[in-house]
Amino acid sequence: MSTIALHDEHNHDHADHGHHKETLISKYIFSMDHKMIAKQFLITGIIMAVIAMGLSILFRIQLAWPDKNFPFLETFLGKWAEGGRIKPDFYLALVTIHGTIMVFFVLTAGLSGTFSNLLIPLQVGARDMASPFLNMLSYWFFFLACVIMMSSFFIQTGPASGGWTVYPPLSVVAKAMPGSGLGMTLWLFSMVLFVASSLMGGINYVSTILNMRTKGMDLWKMPLTIWAFFLTAILGILSFPVLVAGVVLMVFDRSFGTSFYLSDIVMGTDILPNEGGSPILWQHLFWFLGHPEVYIVIMPALGISSEVISVNSRKPIFGYHAMVYSLIGITVLSFIVWGHHMFVTGMNPLLGGVFMITTLIIAVPSAVKTFNYLATLWRGNIRFTPAMLFAIGLVSFFISGGLTGIFLGNASLDINLHDTYFVVAHFHLVMGSAAIFGMLAGVYHWFPKMFGRMMNAKLGYLHFWLTFIAAYLVFFPLHFLGLDGVPRRYYAFTEFEFMKKWLTVNVFVTWAAIMAALAQVAFLFNFFYSIFKGKVSPQNPWESNTLEWTAPVEHLHGNWPGEIPTVYRWPYDYSKPGHDADFIPQTVPFSQTMSSNLPHDFEGNAEAEKIQQDWELANPVTENKG
Amino acid sequence: MSLRKFITNKTTAALAVLITAFANTSVFAQDAAAGAAAAPKVDMGEVYKSVIFYILVFLAACLFIAIIGKAIRVYELSREAQGKAVGINWNRIHASLFALFLVVGLYGVYWEYTVHGAMLLPDAASEHGKKIDEMFNLTLIITTIVFVVTHILLFGFSYIYKYSAKRKAYYYPHNNTIEKIWTIVPALVLTVLVLMGFLTWRSIFFKVEDPKNKPLQIEVTSEQFKWSIRYPGADGVVGNKNYKLTTATNPLGIDFKDLNSRDDEMADEMVIPVGKPVKLILTSKDVIHSFYMPHFRVQLNTVPGMRVYFEFTPTKTTAEMQQETNDPNFKYLFYCAKICGSGHYNMQKVVRVVSEAEYKTWIAEQKTYLNDDLRKQFNLPVAPAAAKSEADSTATDTAAVKTNQMALNK
Repeated sequence: MSTIALHDEHNHDHADHGHHKETLISKYIFSMDHKMIAKQFLITGIIMAVIAMGLSILFRIQLAWPDKNFPFLETFLGKWAEGGRIKPDFYLALVTIHGTIMVFFVLTAGLSGTFSNLLIPLQVGARDMASPFLNMLSYWFFFLACVIMMSSFFIQTGPASGGWTVYPPLSVVAKAMPGSGLGMTLWLFSMVLFVASSLMGGINYVSTILNMRTKGMDLWKMPLTIWAFFLTAILGILSFPVLVAGVVLMVFDRSFGTSFYLSDIVMGTDILPNEGGSPILWQHLFWFLGHPEVYIVIMPALGISSEVISVNSRKPIFGYHAMVYSLIGITVLSFIVWGHHMFVTGMNPLLGGVFMITTLIIAVPSAVKTFNYLATLWRGNIRFTPAMLFAIGLVSFFISGGLTGIFLGNASLDINLHDTYFVVAHFHLVMGSAAIFGMLAGVYHWFPKMFGRMMNAKLGYLHFWLTFIAAYLVFFPLHFLGLDGVPRRYYAFTEFEFMKKWLTVNVFVTWAAIMAALAQVAFLFNFFYSIFKGKVSPQNPWESNTLEWTAPVEHLHGNWPGEIPTVYRWPYDYSKPGHDADFIPQTVPFSQTMSSNLPHDFEGNAEAEKIQQDWELANPVTENKG
Repeated sequence: MSLRKFITNKTTAALAVLITAFANTSVFAQDAAAGAAAAPKVDMGEVYKSVIFYILVFLAACLFIAIIGKAIRVYELSREAQGKAVGINWNRIHASLFALFLVVGLYGVYWEYTVHGAMLLPDAASEHGKKIDEMFNLTLIITTIVFVVTHILLFGFSYIYKYSAKRKAYYYPHNNTIEKIWTIVPALVLTVLVLMGFLTWRSIFFKVEDPKNKPLQIEVTSEQFKWSIRYPGADGVVGNKNYKLTTATNPLGIDFKDLNSRDDEMADEMVIPVGKPVKLILTSKDVIHSFYMPHFRVQLNTVPGMRVYFEFTPTKTTAEMQQETNDPNFKYLFYCAKICGSGHYNMQKVVRVVSEAEYKTWIAEQKTYLNDDLRKQFNLPVAPAAAKSEADSTATDTAAVKTNQMALNK
């Protein structure tokens, strides 16, 4: 309460002081408004996604036609593709930077950064983030991280190329590969800035959610999006610092001759002086972040899809409490499963057994979430908006990719599947495709909130169907390569007799990937065109209950012109029997919906229940049977 | 605007669509022909032309889509103007597309399972591999059932419960019983899988050594981008290494002061007797690699500064496998599965599983790591029999090691 009062005052100040006049720089560049920062995150994220997608097409071309020349590649890439053929070192750089950009810049900053920033203040009813300045810094650190990462394409030795997990000694010993020189230094520097950005964002999200909810918005009235962003932020705050610790040790090993990760190394006949370190230590530190990271990626997507599915099924999300508890379960468990990335890395096999148990337990909350989505669709009244299509696509990918996790989480099966294409297929479905679909669902759903205009639905349909089909065509066959023992990160399949039978599959997959990439043109055109020329959005285009749709379409600093609305009910009162419309916004008090109130709505409030009972006696239900 | 006026007529719109479609197909046909003709040349001019050509094809496709979009828009506007119901019921279209996707998708999955599923690794050629395969099959059955059922529900619900203005959704916020069931059932299924996985894992990595059937030790050392194999020699023990002893003549840094090292033999391929346990000792010289031998369901990373062990028992000889797979060229292989640098994609060695007798003749022919240069380096007496055949020198060495060992045991 006190914070709300405080912020009202703050808003009042704004109106009074003339020096707050917005300039181009303060409005569009160093903006401290959460909505503008969300847009900055989104557009940067989209640009990075397009770059990462381009990189993936490059290495897919190499995989599909390993012995063909593509002279136009030389035009673009110069010595990295001499004679029109990508070199092995550059191929590894491509997969490394593709992975890094996708995981960190697109699916962490682009997803969490965009929607946490946009939705947290709007959905909990706050004027802005707890610390707008920190929020601005968060974006600019992220932007710097992106610039530095991309700058590594413009140096002699090329970008980091030891895989996105940058396992030492490969990434530490500069002689091991060209990418482990300056490119790796830039990678580490970029990552430190990125983590700083994530932490500033995360602390902001948590404090805003905990302290700045509007009147009536208790934790159990928050939309699942907010729950997801909240738990994601907590995960990030607790796990990202560990990565920084690991990165700092790596910087020491690389530049100051320490031996945290190095021991007993001989490059050719050159004996390195390092003694006593362990490369396994990096893996522990990296995956202590790395595994929570995949949940940092997927949880916001799950939160967004919960909201989108509920709104467009015109039905409350099934098992709201179970959804929240399974998110909490995933959050807690995700800290004790990192070892499943290390079953066969030489870690003590005793630990392998333990991590297998914790890993398979985490499948339970994930299963609960899936079943709850299905139950939400059941007997719904489904509107297939583009956002809804993407949310359904997410559920499909989450199932397909999640189930293969049961193979990989089983240490015994992982022996033969580790580091094969099966892993590639698994995480591209469950983390890549599902999270990207969650992000796209969010973009289509909240575009009117961000830009005050609607995106073209038909282009959205086209975009969805092409992408959905292409993503399955790309990733489904890859499972079988993995089951045949084809390792990932292979530059070409030409050196092994048994891999040659997969060359045709590679060609097919590459064409499907190109189709998926071209389908994104429909999105990009739609997105940028609609920012300027889209149909002007009504205030509540999807007839949604949540608080952000009570704010005016025109953006103003402080979100609501007058007082912040009070919240009376949970966000999922869709198609409530006894009510004329099929949605009741959170701001509608129960006194206005006497005909649709249920005893459950007044949990523990005897007085309210009494009033409701009296009203029902006075107004006997005759024909109102939903 | 003139374009729009032109298209307002429905027949013109349909015609435009048809013409564009035909134009596109003929363009594609030309493209194929052009591609075939341009293939042998490496003339940059041609290349730029083909790049520009593809861009034009793509732009034509975009134009085609735009025209269709406009046509749909015109159709909807004209319906609206005539006061009829909304032109296209997109909800029904998407619902039907989901249903279609379900059917085609399930067929696709079936096709993948049967066609690509038949191209996979043959059955495991090791004892523990059979257990892994059994568990894989069980997991595959369970997950496939869940996969099919959940997708039928997902797309089925999408089809059945598509939007209708006449209907209201069923307000059904929760049901604790159902939720308990679908928490507990997956938990139980996963418990079974975890238990099986845990026991198999233990049986693979925590073996009790049978003193009568001691495993054959083989050391494999990885480096960019090759493998070195070391057999233990007659004493059955692979000797010590010390990376600080690495030189051009002693690339593995074998410590020949350790008597166990002196009879250690090198090999170009890994030959192992069928039915006998093999204990792999895996190390790395430079960066992390991964020793991956998929036919035997064996994989373990090789880490510099660490020795890791994997014990397995091959059950099928290469010849048997050649028969089983109907492929006379079939070879067991091991190769690298952990990114290790530019040569990562070609770091392999052949494994031959043979009968005990064949193994004995083969191993007798292998050379020892210890040679005259190394003898000098380690201040060891250069064998007087250096001029003799290698096999003989191995024999004398072995004898020397044995007497020394006996001396040590006293």
